Amino acid sequence: MVTRPKLPRCIKAWISQRTTDMSLSAKQVGRLKPILFLLGLLPIVRWVWLGINDDLTANPVEFLTRSAGTWTLVCLLVTLSITPVRQVFQQPALVRLRRMCGLFAFFYCTLHMLAWSGWDQGFDLTDMLTDIAKRPFILVGMVAFLTMTALAITSNQFSMKRLGKRWQRLHQLVYLIGCLAILHYWWHKAGKHNFQEVSIYAGVLFLLLAWRFVRWGRQKFSPVPAVGNANKRAAVSASGNPDT
Amino acid sequence: DKLSATPNTRFLVMETPTPEKDVVSYNNYYEFGLDKGDPVQHAHTLQTTPWKLTIEGEVAQPKTFDIEDLRKLAPLEERIYRMRCVEGWSMVIPWIGYSLSELLKQVQPTGNAKYVEFITALQPDNMPGVNSRVIQWPYNEGLRMDEAMHPLTLLTLGLYGKVLPNQNGAPVRAVVPWKYGFKSAKSIVKIRLVEKMPVSSWMKAAAGEYGFYANVNPDVSHPRWSQATERRIGEDGLFSKRRKTLMFNGYQTEVASLYQGMDLAKNY
Repeated sequence: MVTRPKLPRCIKAWISQRTTDMSLSAKQVGRLKPILFLLGLLPIVRWVWLGINDDLTANPVEFLTRSAGTWTLVCLLVTLSITPVRQVFQQPALVRLRRMCGLFAFFYCTLHMLAWSGWDQGFDLTDMLTDIAKRPFILVGMVAFLTMTALAITSNQFSMKRLGKRWQRLHQLVYLIGCLAILHYWWHKAGKHNFQEVSIYAGVLFLLLAWRFVRWGRQKFSPVPAVGNANKRAAVSASGNPDT
Repeated sequence: DKLSATPNTRFLVMETPTPEKDVVSYNNYYEFGLDKGDPVQHAHTLQTTPWKLTIEGEVAQPKTFDIEDLRKLAPLEERIYRMRCVEGWSMVIPWIGYSLSELLKQVQPTGNAKYVEFITALQPDNMPGVNSRVIQWPYNEGLRMDEAMHPLTLLTLGLYGKVLPNQNGAPVRAVVPWKYGFKSAKSIVKIRLVEKMPVSSWMKAAAGEYGFYANVNPDVSHPRWSQATERRIGEDGLFSKRRKTLMFNGYQTEVASLYQGMDLAKNY
Protein backbone atom coordinates (compact mmCIF):
# COMPACT_ATOMS: atom_id res chain seq x y z
CA MET A 1 0.00 0.00 0.00
CA VAL A 2 1.18 3.46 -0.82
CA THR A 3 1.29 5.85 2.10
CA ARG A 4 1.49 9.54 1.52
CA PRO A 5 4.38 11.22 3.27
CA LYS A 6 2.93 13.11 6.20
CA LEU A 7 3.90 16.74 6.45
CA PRO A 8 4.71 18.12 9.88
CA ARG A 9 1.79 20.05 11.30
CA CYS A 10 3.65 23.33 11.41
CA ILE A 11 4.39 23.13 7.65
CA LYS A 12 0.77 22.25 6.93
CA ALA A 13 -0.36 25.23 8.90
CA TRP A 14 2.13 27.40 7.12
CA ILE A 15 0.91 26.22 3.71
CA SER A 16 -2.73 26.73 4.56
CA GLN A 17 -1.97 30.17 5.90
CA ARG A 18 -0.05 31.01 2.75
CA THR A 19 -2.79 29.78 0.48
CA THR A 20 -5.48 31.65 2.36
CA ASP A 21 -3.38 34.76 2.42
CA MET A 22 -2.61 34.42 -1.24
CA SER A 23 -6.20 34.11 -2.36
CA LEU A 24 -6.71 36.71 -5.02
CA SER A 25 -9.56 39.12 -4.59
CA ALA A 26 -12.16 39.55 -7.31
CA LYS A 27 -10.60 42.90 -8.09
CA GLN A 28 -7.12 41.45 -8.49
CA VAL A 29 -8.43 38.75 -10.80
CA GLY A 30 -10.27 41.40 -12.76
CA ARG A 31 -6.94 43.05 -13.45
CA LEU A 32 -5.73 39.83 -15.04
CA LYS A 33 -8.44 39.99 -17.67
CA PRO A 34 -6.63 42.24 -20.16
CA ILE A 35 -3.58 39.98 -19.91
CA LEU A 36 -5.71 36.92 -20.53
CA PHE A 37 -7.30 38.68 -23.49
CA LEU A 38 -3.91 39.36 -25.10
CA LEU A 39 -2.81 35.80 -24.32
CA GLY A 40 -5.88 34.50 -26.11
CA LEU A 41 -4.94 36.43 -29.23
CA LEU A 42 -1.44 34.94 -29.39
CA PRO A 43 -2.43 32.20 -31.88
CA ILE A 44 -3.57 34.91 -34.30
CA VAL A 45 -0.30 36.77 -33.85
CA ARG A 46 1.53 33.51 -34.55
CA TRP A 47 -0.46 32.88 -37.75
CA VAL A 48 0.26 36.39 -39.00
CA TRP A 49 3.93 36.01 -38.12
CA LEU A 50 4.15 32.65 -39.92
CA GLY A 51 2.26 34.12 -42.88
CA ILE A 52 4.64 37.05 -43.21
CA ASN A 53 7.59 34.66 -43.11
CA ASP A 54 5.99 32.34 -45.68
CA ASP A 55 6.08 29.61 -43.08
CA LEU A 56 2.49 28.35 -43.10
CA THR A 57 3.65 25.02 -44.66
CA ALA A 58 3.02 23.98 -48.25
CA ASN A 59 -0.69 23.78 -47.48
CA PRO A 60 -1.54 26.95 -45.51
CA VAL A 61 -5.27 26.35 -45.77
CA GLU A 62 -4.99 22.98 -44.09
CA PHE A 63 -2.50 24.27 -41.55
CA LEU A 64 -4.70 27.19 -40.48
CA THR A 65 -7.84 25.05 -40.36
CA ARG A 66 -6.19 22.49 -38.14
CA SER A 67 -4.44 25.09 -36.02
CA ALA A 68 -7.74 26.80 -35.28
CA GLY A 69 -9.18 23.42 -34.29
CA THR A 70 -6.27 22.70 -31.98
CA TRP A 71 -6.60 26.09 -30.27
CA THR A 72 -10.31 25.51 -29.81
CA LEU A 73 -9.48 22.37 -27.89
CA VAL A 74 -6.77 24.08 -25.85
CA CYS A 75 -9.09 26.92 -24.85
CA LEU A 76 -11.80 24.43 -24.02
CA LEU A 77 -9.49 22.49 -21.73
CA VAL A 78 -8.28 25.69 -20.08
CA THR A 79 -11.91 26.66 -19.47
CA LEU A 80 -12.59 23.28 -17.91
CA SER A 81 -9.54 23.52 -15.69
CA ILE A 82 -10.61 26.77 -14.04
CA THR A 83 -12.85 25.05 -11.49
CA PRO A 84 -10.27 22.45 -10.37
CA VAL A 85 -7.61 25.15 -10.18
CA ARG A 86 -9.91 27.35 -8.09
CA GLN A 87 -10.51 24.58 -5.62
CA VAL A 88 -7.06 23.06 -5.44
CA PHE A 89 -5.32 26.40 -5.04
CA GLN A 90 -8.18 28.00 -3.14
CA GLN A 91 -8.62 30.82 -5.59
CA PRO A 92 -12.39 31.08 -5.96
CA ALA A 93 -12.16 34.46 -7.65
CA LEU A 94 -10.57 32.86 -10.73
CA VAL A 95 -14.09 32.08 -11.87
CA ARG A 96 -14.09 35.60 -13.27
CA LEU A 97 -11.70 34.44 -16.01
CA ARG A 98 -13.77 31.48 -17.07
CA ARG A 99 -16.17 33.21 -19.40
CA MET A 100 -13.37 34.76 -21.42
CA CYS A 101 -11.65 31.37 -21.78
CA GLY A 102 -14.91 29.85 -22.96
CA LEU A 103 -15.50 32.67 -25.41
CA PHE A 104 -12.00 32.23 -26.82
CA ALA A 105 -12.79 28.55 -27.34
CA PHE A 106 -15.91 29.62 -29.22
CA PHE A 107 -13.93 32.19 -31.20
CA TYR A 108 -11.38 29.64 -32.45
CA CYS A 109 -14.13 27.10 -33.04
CA THR A 110 -15.91 29.66 -35.23
CA LEU A 111 -12.72 30.25 -37.22
CA HIS A 112 -12.24 26.48 -37.53
CA MET A 113 -15.80 26.07 -38.79
CA LEU A 114 -15.49 29.01 -41.20
CA ALA A 115 -12.23 27.56 -42.53
CA TRP A 116 -13.97 24.30 -43.29
CA SER A 117 -17.05 25.92 -44.83
CA GLY A 118 -15.07 28.45 -46.87
CA TRP A 119 -11.85 26.74 -47.87
CA ASP A 120 -13.13 23.16 -48.04
CA GLN A 121 -16.71 23.72 -49.16
CA GLY A 122 -16.61 27.11 -50.90
CA PHE A 123 -19.53 28.23 -48.69
CA ASP A 124 -21.78 25.99 -50.79
CA LEU A 125 -24.63 24.96 -48.51
CA THR A 126 -25.41 21.78 -50.45
CA ASP A 127 -21.78 20.71 -50.36
CA MET A 128 -21.62 21.47 -46.65
CA LEU A 129 -24.70 19.41 -45.87
CA THR A 130 -23.39 16.55 -48.01
CA ASP A 131 -20.09 16.63 -46.16
CA ILE A 132 -21.86 16.62 -42.80
CA ALA A 133 -23.97 13.65 -43.86
CA LYS A 134 -21.01 11.80 -45.33
CA ARG A 135 -18.38 12.25 -42.66
CA PRO A 136 -19.35 11.40 -39.07
CA PHE A 137 -16.42 13.42 -37.72
CA ILE A 138 -17.72 16.54 -39.47
CA LEU A 139 -21.19 15.92 -38.04
CA VAL A 140 -19.76 15.58 -34.55
CA GLY A 141 -17.74 18.77 -34.98
CA MET A 142 -20.81 20.62 -36.20
CA VAL A 143 -22.92 19.45 -33.23
CA ALA A 144 -20.15 20.62 -30.89
CA PHE A 145 -20.00 23.99 -32.65
CA LEU A 146 -23.75 24.54 -32.49
CA THR A 147 -23.85 23.57 -28.82
CA MET A 148 -20.98 25.92 -28.13
CA THR A 149 -22.86 28.69 -29.94
CA ALA A 150 -25.77 28.28 -27.54
CA LEU A 151 -23.42 28.58 -24.58
CA ALA A 152 -21.67 31.61 -26.04
CA ILE A 153 -24.97 33.40 -26.65
CA THR A 154 -26.10 32.76 -23.07
CA SER A 155 -22.77 33.58 -21.47
CA ASN A 156 -23.80 37.09 -20.38
CA GLN A 157 -25.14 38.27 -17.03
CA PHE A 158 -28.56 38.91 -18.53
CA SER A 159 -28.97 35.28 -19.63
CA MET A 160 -27.67 34.06 -16.29
CA LYS A 161 -30.34 35.96 -14.41
CA ARG A 162 -33.01 35.16 -16.94
CA LEU A 163 -32.31 31.41 -16.98
CA GLY A 164 -31.67 31.09 -13.25
CA LYS A 165 -31.02 27.49 -12.27
CA ARG A 166 -31.41 26.31 -15.82
CA TRP A 167 -28.35 28.34 -16.80
CA GLN A 168 -26.07 26.00 -14.94
CA ARG A 169 -27.76 22.95 -16.45
CA LEU A 170 -27.34 24.44 -19.90
CA HIS A 171 -23.71 25.28 -19.37
CA GLN A 172 -22.91 21.83 -18.09
CA LEU A 173 -23.18 20.93 -21.78
CA VAL A 174 -19.55 22.03 -21.92
CA TYR A 175 -18.67 18.51 -20.73
CA LEU A 176 -20.49 17.09 -23.73
CA ILE A 177 -18.73 19.60 -26.00
CA GLY A 178 -15.37 18.47 -24.64
CA CYS A 179 -16.17 14.83 -25.39
CA LEU A 180 -17.48 15.66 -28.87
CA ALA A 181 -14.36 17.70 -29.61
CA ILE A 182 -12.13 14.77 -28.68
CA LEU A 183 -14.27 12.37 -30.70
CA HIS A 184 -14.09 14.73 -33.69
CA TYR A 185 -10.31 14.92 -33.46
CA TRP A 186 -9.97 11.19 -32.77
CA TRP A 187 -12.06 10.28 -35.81
CA HIS A 188 -10.14 12.71 -37.95
CA LYS A 189 -6.88 10.99 -37.03
CA ALA A 190 -8.36 7.50 -37.37
CA GLY A 191 -7.66 7.43 -41.11
CA LYS A 192 -3.97 7.12 -40.34
CA HIS A 193 -4.26 5.51 -36.89
CA ASN A 194 -2.36 8.54 -35.68
CA PHE A 195 -3.57 8.89 -32.10
CA GLN A 196 -0.51 10.25 -30.36
CA GLU A 197 -1.51 13.89 -30.03
CA VAL A 198 -5.20 13.33 -29.61
CA SER A 199 -4.47 10.89 -26.77
CA ILE A 200 -2.77 13.66 -24.83
CA TYR A 201 -5.77 15.96 -25.17
CA ALA A 202 -8.12 13.09 -24.35
CA GLY A 203 -6.06 12.33 -21.24
CA VAL A 204 -6.29 15.91 -20.01
CA LEU A 205 -10.03 15.99 -20.63
CA PHE A 206 -10.40 12.69 -18.81
CA LEU A 207 -8.55 14.02 -15.76
CA LEU A 208 -10.61 17.20 -15.70
CA LEU A 209 -13.87 15.26 -15.89
CA ALA A 210 -12.69 12.56 -13.47
CA TRP A 211 -11.86 15.23 -10.90
CA ARG A 212 -15.42 16.53 -11.14
CA PHE A 213 -16.86 13.04 -10.96
CA VAL A 214 -14.92 12.24 -7.79
CA ARG A 215 -15.91 15.54 -6.20
CA TRP A 216 -19.54 14.95 -7.13
CA GLY A 217 -19.39 11.45 -5.65
CA ARG A 218 -17.86 12.75 -2.43
CA GLN A 219 -20.47 15.46 -2.04
CA LYS A 220 -23.29 13.09 -2.78
CA PHE A 221 -22.18 10.20 -0.63
CA SER A 222 -20.20 11.84 2.14
CA PRO A 223 -21.94 11.02 5.48
CA VAL A 224 -21.24 14.47 6.93
CA PRO A 225 -22.58 17.41 4.94
CA ALA A 226 -19.69 19.60 3.89
CA VAL A 227 -20.81 22.76 5.60
CA GLY A 228 -17.85 24.92 4.69
CA ASN A 229 -18.12 23.95 1.09
CA ALA A 230 -21.84 24.58 0.98
CA ASN A 231 -21.33 28.06 2.39
CA LYS A 232 -18.72 28.85 -0.15
CA ARG A 233 -20.96 27.62 -2.94
CA ALA A 234 -23.80 29.73 -1.70
CA ALA A 235 -21.55 32.76 -1.53
CA VAL A 236 -20.31 32.24 -5.05
CA SER A 237 -23.80 31.67 -6.40
CA ALA A 238 -24.95 34.87 -4.79
CA SER A 239 -22.23 36.75 -6.62
CA GLY A 240 -23.74 35.51 -9.85
CA ASN A 241 -21.11 32.95 -10.71
CA PRO A 242 -22.56 29.50 -10.39
CA ASP A 243 -19.94 26.86 -9.92
CA THR A 244 -19.81 24.30 -12.68
CA ASP B 1 23.11 16.23 -56.73
CA LYS B 2 22.36 17.40 -60.24
CA LEU B 3 20.79 15.03 -62.72
CA SER B 4 20.57 16.28 -66.26
CA ALA B 5 17.72 15.34 -68.54
CA THR B 6 16.16 16.37 -71.81
CA PRO B 7 12.61 17.72 -71.67
CA ASN B 8 10.20 15.37 -73.38
CA THR B 9 7.78 17.75 -75.07
CA ARG B 10 5.13 15.04 -75.37
CA PHE B 11 4.74 14.94 -71.61
CA LEU B 12 4.90 18.53 -70.43
CA VAL B 13 1.76 19.69 -68.68
CA MET B 14 1.24 23.39 -69.44
CA GLU B 15 0.55 24.35 -65.85
CA THR B 16 2.67 26.18 -63.33
CA PRO B 17 4.97 23.70 -61.61
CA THR B 18 4.60 23.52 -57.84
CA PRO B 19 7.52 25.30 -56.14
CA GLU B 20 10.38 22.91 -55.41
CA LYS B 21 10.33 23.74 -51.70
CA ASP B 22 6.73 22.52 -51.50
CA VAL B 23 7.40 19.39 -53.55
CA VAL B 24 10.19 18.37 -51.19
CA SER B 25 8.57 19.37 -47.88
CA TYR B 26 4.98 18.17 -48.15
CA ASN B 27 5.03 14.42 -48.58
CA ASN B 28 3.28 11.26 -47.59
CA TYR B 29 5.96 8.71 -46.79
CA TYR B 30 4.63 6.87 -43.76
CA GLU B 31 7.89 5.06 -43.10
CA PHE B 32 9.10 8.44 -41.88
CA GLY B 33 6.00 9.56 -40.01
CA LEU B 34 2.33 10.22 -40.61
CA ASP B 35 2.37 14.00 -40.90
CA LYS B 36 3.23 15.43 -44.26
CA GLY B 37 5.95 17.49 -42.66
CA ASP B 38 7.62 14.39 -41.15
CA PRO B 39 9.42 12.90 -44.19
CA VAL B 40 11.49 16.01 -44.91
CA GLN B 41 12.64 15.97 -41.28
CA HIS B 42 13.36 12.28 -40.87
CA ALA B 43 14.12 10.81 -44.30
CA HIS B 44 17.80 11.81 -44.24
CA THR B 45 18.42 8.48 -42.47
CA LEU B 46 17.30 6.48 -45.52
CA GLN B 47 20.27 4.49 -46.76
CA THR B 48 20.35 4.96 -50.55
CA THR B 49 23.84 3.74 -51.42
CA PRO B 50 24.42 1.08 -52.46
CA TRP B 51 20.98 0.50 -53.96
CA LYS B 52 19.92 -2.55 -55.86
CA LEU B 53 16.70 -3.08 -57.74
CA THR B 54 15.84 -6.69 -58.50
CA ILE B 55 13.34 -7.73 -61.13
CA GLU B 56 12.02 -11.27 -60.87
CA GLY B 57 8.98 -13.47 -61.38
CA GLU B 58 7.44 -14.15 -64.76
CA VAL B 59 10.46 -13.03 -66.73
CA ALA B 60 12.89 -14.81 -69.03
CA GLN B 61 15.86 -12.90 -67.61
CA PRO B 62 15.67 -11.96 -63.93
CA LYS B 63 18.11 -9.16 -63.26
CA THR B 64 19.45 -6.94 -60.52
CA PHE B 65 20.34 -3.35 -61.34
CA ASP B 66 22.55 -0.92 -59.51
CA ILE B 67 21.25 2.61 -59.31
CA GLU B 68 24.06 3.65 -61.67
CA ASP B 69 22.85 1.06 -64.21
CA LEU B 70 19.37 2.51 -63.98
CA ARG B 71 20.57 6.04 -64.59
CA LYS B 72 22.27 4.88 -67.80
CA LEU B 73 19.73 2.37 -69.03
CA ALA B 74 17.80 4.85 -71.19
CA PRO B 75 18.05 8.57 -71.97
CA LEU B 76 16.79 10.59 -69.00
CA GLU B 77 13.76 12.70 -69.80
CA GLU B 78 12.19 15.56 -67.94
CA ARG B 79 8.41 15.24 -67.81
CA ILE B 80 6.02 17.61 -66.08
CA TYR B 81 3.13 15.65 -64.61
CA ARG B 82 0.16 16.47 -62.48
CA MET B 83 0.16 14.62 -59.17
CA ARG B 84 -3.14 14.14 -57.38
CA CYS B 85 -3.14 12.79 -53.84
CA VAL B 86 -6.12 10.73 -52.69
CA GLU B 87 -6.42 13.21 -49.79
CA GLY B 88 -7.59 15.98 -52.13
CA TRP B 89 -4.50 18.03 -52.91
CA SER B 90 -2.39 18.18 -56.02
CA MET B 91 0.93 19.33 -57.42
CA VAL B 92 2.60 19.77 -60.80
CA ILE B 93 6.05 18.21 -60.72
CA PRO B 94 8.95 18.13 -63.18
CA TRP B 95 10.13 14.54 -62.80
CA ILE B 96 13.22 12.95 -64.34
CA GLY B 97 13.24 9.39 -65.60
CA TYR B 98 12.06 7.24 -68.48
CA SER B 99 9.15 4.97 -69.24
CA LEU B 100 9.07 1.96 -66.94
CA SER B 101 8.57 -0.15 -70.08
CA GLU B 102 12.23 0.52 -70.98
CA LEU B 103 13.28 -1.29 -67.83
CA LEU B 104 10.73 -4.09 -68.04
CA LYS B 105 11.78 -4.89 -71.62
CA GLN B 106 15.24 -5.69 -70.29
CA VAL B 107 14.02 -8.73 -68.38
CA GLN B 108 11.73 -10.10 -71.11
CA PRO B 109 8.38 -10.64 -69.40
CA THR B 110 6.78 -14.00 -70.18
CA GLY B 111 3.21 -14.50 -71.34
CA ASN B 112 2.20 -15.17 -67.74
CA ALA B 113 3.21 -11.71 -66.60
CA LYS B 114 -0.21 -10.11 -66.07
CA TYR B 115 0.64 -7.75 -63.21
CA VAL B 116 3.60 -5.87 -61.83
CA GLU B 117 4.23 -5.64 -58.10
CA PHE B 118 6.50 -3.00 -56.58
CA ILE B 119 8.14 -3.74 -53.25
CA THR B 120 9.70 -0.81 -51.48
CA ALA B 121 12.55 -0.42 -49.04
CA LEU B 122 12.13 -1.47 -45.42
CA GLN B 123 14.96 -0.22 -43.22
CA PRO B 124 13.57 -0.49 -39.68
CA ASP B 125 16.65 1.11 -38.11
CA ASN B 126 16.37 4.12 -40.39
CA MET B 127 12.60 4.44 -40.57
CA PRO B 128 10.97 5.75 -37.39
CA GLY B 129 7.49 5.31 -38.87
CA VAL B 130 7.48 1.55 -39.39
CA ASN B 131 6.68 0.97 -35.71
CA SER B 132 3.18 2.22 -36.43
CA ARG B 133 0.67 -0.32 -37.64
CA VAL B 134 -1.08 1.88 -40.15
CA ILE B 135 -0.22 -0.36 -43.06
CA GLN B 136 1.79 -3.49 -43.66
CA TRP B 137 5.49 -3.08 -44.34
CA PRO B 138 7.26 -3.27 -46.64
CA TYR B 139 4.92 -1.01 -48.58
CA ASN B 140 3.89 -2.60 -51.82
CA GLU B 141 1.86 -1.50 -54.79
CA GLY B 142 0.85 -2.95 -58.12
CA LEU B 143 -0.19 -2.23 -61.68
CA ARG B 144 -1.74 -4.23 -64.44
CA MET B 145 0.84 -5.14 -67.10
CA ASP B 146 -0.66 -2.80 -69.71
CA GLU B 147 -0.66 0.04 -67.18
CA ALA B 148 2.95 -0.64 -66.31
CA MET B 149 3.94 -0.71 -69.99
CA HIS B 150 2.06 2.50 -70.79
CA PRO B 151 4.50 5.22 -71.91
CA LEU B 152 3.17 7.60 -69.23
CA THR B 153 4.27 5.30 -66.42
CA LEU B 154 7.58 6.72 -65.37
CA LEU B 155 10.52 5.04 -63.71
CA THR B 156 11.61 8.09 -61.78
CA LEU B 157 15.13 8.98 -60.68
CA GLY B 158 14.93 12.70 -60.07
CA LEU B 159 12.92 15.90 -59.88
CA TYR B 160 13.63 19.55 -60.53
CA GLY B 161 16.92 18.71 -62.25
CA LYS B 162 18.26 16.80 -59.25
CA VAL B 163 18.54 13.29 -57.94
CA LEU B 164 15.35 12.33 -56.07
CA PRO B 165 15.38 13.68 -52.50
CA ASN B 166 14.92 10.92 -49.91
CA GLN B 167 11.49 12.15 -48.84
CA ASN B 168 10.29 11.91 -52.45
CA GLY B 169 11.25 8.26 -52.74
CA ALA B 170 14.98 8.15 -53.45
CA PRO B 171 16.70 6.74 -55.30
CA VAL B 172 14.15 5.19 -57.64
CA ARG B 173 10.35 5.28 -57.66
CA ALA B 174 7.40 4.89 -59.94
CA VAL B 175 5.14 7.74 -61.04
CA VAL B 176 1.75 6.86 -62.48
CA PRO B 177 0.19 10.27 -63.13
CA TRP B 178 -3.41 9.23 -63.81
CA LYS B 179 -3.71 7.39 -60.50
CA TYR B 180 -3.79 8.68 -56.94
CA GLY B 181 -0.34 9.35 -55.57
CA PHE B 182 -0.13 6.32 -53.30
CA LYS B 183 0.04 4.06 -56.37
CA SER B 184 3.40 5.60 -57.25
CA ALA B 185 5.61 3.46 -55.03
CA LYS B 186 8.69 5.12 -53.56
CA SER B 187 12.20 3.75 -52.96
CA ILE B 188 11.63 0.54 -54.92
CA VAL B 189 13.91 -2.44 -54.20
CA LYS B 190 12.07 -5.17 -56.04
CA ILE B 191 9.77 -5.47 -59.01
CA ARG B 192 7.92 -8.73 -59.34
CA LEU B 193 6.06 -9.73 -62.47
CA VAL B 194 3.19 -11.98 -61.49
CA GLU B 195 0.16 -13.72 -62.90
CA LYS B 196 -2.31 -12.80 -60.15
CA MET B 197 -3.36 -9.34 -59.06
CA PRO B 198 -1.12 -8.33 -56.16
CA VAL B 199 -2.75 -7.18 -52.93
CA SER B 200 -1.27 -3.81 -52.07
CA SER B 201 -0.54 -2.49 -48.58
CA TRP B 202 -3.50 -0.12 -48.85
CA MET B 203 -5.86 -2.85 -50.03
CA LYS B 204 -4.86 -4.90 -46.99
CA ALA B 205 -5.31 -1.92 -44.67
CA ALA B 206 -8.72 -0.77 -45.94
CA ALA B 207 -10.09 -2.72 -48.89
CA GLY B 208 -13.32 -0.72 -48.88
CA GLU B 209 -11.47 2.55 -49.28
CA TYR B 210 -8.52 1.74 -51.50
CA GLY B 211 -8.93 -0.49 -54.52
CA PHE B 212 -6.35 -1.88 -56.88
CA TYR B 213 -6.96 0.67 -59.64
CA ALA B 214 -7.12 3.95 -57.72
CA ASN B 215 -7.60 5.93 -60.91
CA VAL B 216 -8.19 9.63 -60.32
CA ASN B 217 -11.93 10.00 -60.84
CA PRO B 218 -13.99 13.02 -59.75
CA ASP B 219 -17.19 10.97 -60.01
CA VAL B 220 -16.16 8.18 -57.65
CA SER B 221 -15.96 9.45 -54.07
CA HIS B 222 -13.70 8.09 -51.44
CA PRO B 223 -16.09 6.47 -48.91
CA ARG B 224 -15.27 9.28 -46.49
CA TRP B 225 -14.93 12.31 -48.74
CA SER B 226 -15.65 13.65 -52.20
CA GLN B 227 -12.99 13.51 -54.91
CA ALA B 228 -14.68 16.11 -57.11
CA THR B 229 -12.27 18.90 -56.26
CA GLU B 230 -8.68 19.42 -55.18
CA ARG B 231 -6.39 22.10 -53.83
CA ARG B 232 -3.26 22.86 -55.82
CA ILE B 233 -0.35 23.16 -53.40
CA GLY B 234 1.70 26.33 -53.69
CA GLU B 235 -0.55 27.95 -56.26
CA ASP B 236 -4.03 28.14 -54.76
CA GLY B 237 -3.96 30.98 -52.25
CA LEU B 238 -6.08 31.55 -49.18
CA PHE B 239 -8.81 33.14 -51.27
CA SER B 240 -8.99 30.81 -54.26
CA LYS B 241 -11.56 28.09 -54.63
CA ARG B 242 -10.64 24.44 -54.88
CA ARG B 243 -10.27 23.40 -58.50
CA LYS B 244 -12.22 20.68 -60.26
CA THR B 245 -10.49 17.32 -60.41
CA LEU B 246 -10.09 16.00 -63.95
CA MET B 247 -10.99 12.49 -65.08
CA PHE B 248 -7.86 10.34 -65.00
CA ASN B 249 -6.16 13.47 -63.63
CA GLY B 250 -6.32 15.01 -67.12
CA TYR B 251 -4.76 12.02 -68.91
CA GLN B 252 -8.04 10.74 -70.28
CA THR B 253 -7.04 10.77 -73.95
CA GLU B 254 -3.95 8.71 -73.17
CA VAL B 255 -5.34 6.12 -70.77
CA ALA B 256 -9.14 5.89 -71.00
CA SER B 257 -8.84 3.04 -73.53
CA LEU B 258 -7.14 0.87 -70.90
CA TYR B 259 -10.40 0.72 -68.97
CA GLN B 260 -12.92 0.35 -71.77
CA GLY B 261 -16.00 -1.56 -70.67
CA MET B 262 -14.95 -1.54 -67.02
CA ASP B 263 -17.23 -0.23 -64.29
CA LEU B 264 -14.94 2.32 -62.67
CA ALA B 265 -17.18 2.67 -59.63
CA LYS B 266 -16.68 -1.03 -58.91
CA ASN B 267 -13.05 -1.15 -59.98
CA TYR B 268 -12.07 1.82 -57.86
